[in-house]
Amino acid sequence: MGGIFGRRRAGVRYVGLLFLQDTALDASRSLHRFANPGQFLRLSGRLLPYVATASIALSVIGLTWGLFFAPSDWQQGDAVRIIYIHVPSAWLASGGYVGLALCSLFSLVWRHPLADLAAVEIGPVGAGCTALCLATGSLWGKPMWGTWWVWDARLTSMLVLLFLYLGHIALIRAFDNPERGYRAAAILALVGAVDLPVIKFSVEWWNTLHQPASLKFTGAPTMYVGMLAPLLLSILGFTLGFAALVMARLRAAVMERRIRGLLMARAREAA
Amino acid sequence: MSHLTYIMAAYALAVFMGIAYAVDAWRRAGRARRRLAELDPRAGQRDQA
Repeated sequence: MGGIFGRRRAGVRYVGLLFLQDTALDASRSLHRFANPGQFLRLSGRLLPYVATASIALSVIGLTWGLFFAPSDWQQGDAVRIIYIHVPSAWLASGGYVGLALCSLFSLVWRHPLADLAAVEIGPVGAGCTALCLATGSLWGKPMWGTWWVWDARLTSMLVLLFLYLGHIALIRAFDNPERGYRAAAILALVGAVDLPVIKFSVEWWNTLHQPASLKFTGAPTMYVGMLAPLLLSILGFTLGFAALVMARLRAAVMERRIRGLLMARAREAA
Repeated sequence: MSHLTYIMAAYALAVFMGIAYAVDAWRRAGRARRRLAELDPRAGQRDQA
């Protein structure tokens, strides 16, 4: 009996492994099908106007609601309205880095032809969001804490994230051969991903001046719904704006790569 | 409205950054599209289709 059950368990394990292998292969094939630069240009050309328009509309509604119609905080007064910029930019700083790390993984493991370009284009937009998050945090901190900056765990880990973005941008441009630059930057991006859980849990692991998270994936939000609604609209608008910017930059990068290829082919023909 | 200077500075910074990034991406894509159309007119038409 034991032998039969043992063989059956081994069979189930083998089928499970085959299923995983097939799924990974399917995912890889789908990714590479989407990675066709011409197909990407056609698809993104169709999507971009809708994503950009939705982003502008949602951001304008969310920010106007937050600035003029949302209630002020009983302790912080109107300074709390900075949250409608600060939280979306913080979300995109971390979310953008997740995107950067995933693109780096696809580039290193599957040699996805668009992943390295996507990582290059996410970097500056993510760095901008991180800088905006730190700047708006300072503008919020000065009237509330009485100081522009403290070496608090949340603020410091966010500053480290900005340096990771800047390091990624610099490393790509540090090599004569772009492929080597992409590879080195991809490794930095993957190693730097360790900063993300530190940012997320810094307010729980250490006694920080920064307040705990108001929005959680698990559990109810700790905000009044009149403040939560414009915040969610701003987050959605900013996220679509981030996607539109990266898409537009990636389109330009794909065309620039094609231009370089054409110029090199012409130079070879002329030689 | 209390702390108006700080609030306005934060909103102005966000709007300025958004516009700066969007204008940069738009100009870069336009430049690349024009250059690509010069070098390979058929490729440009194919990608628009």
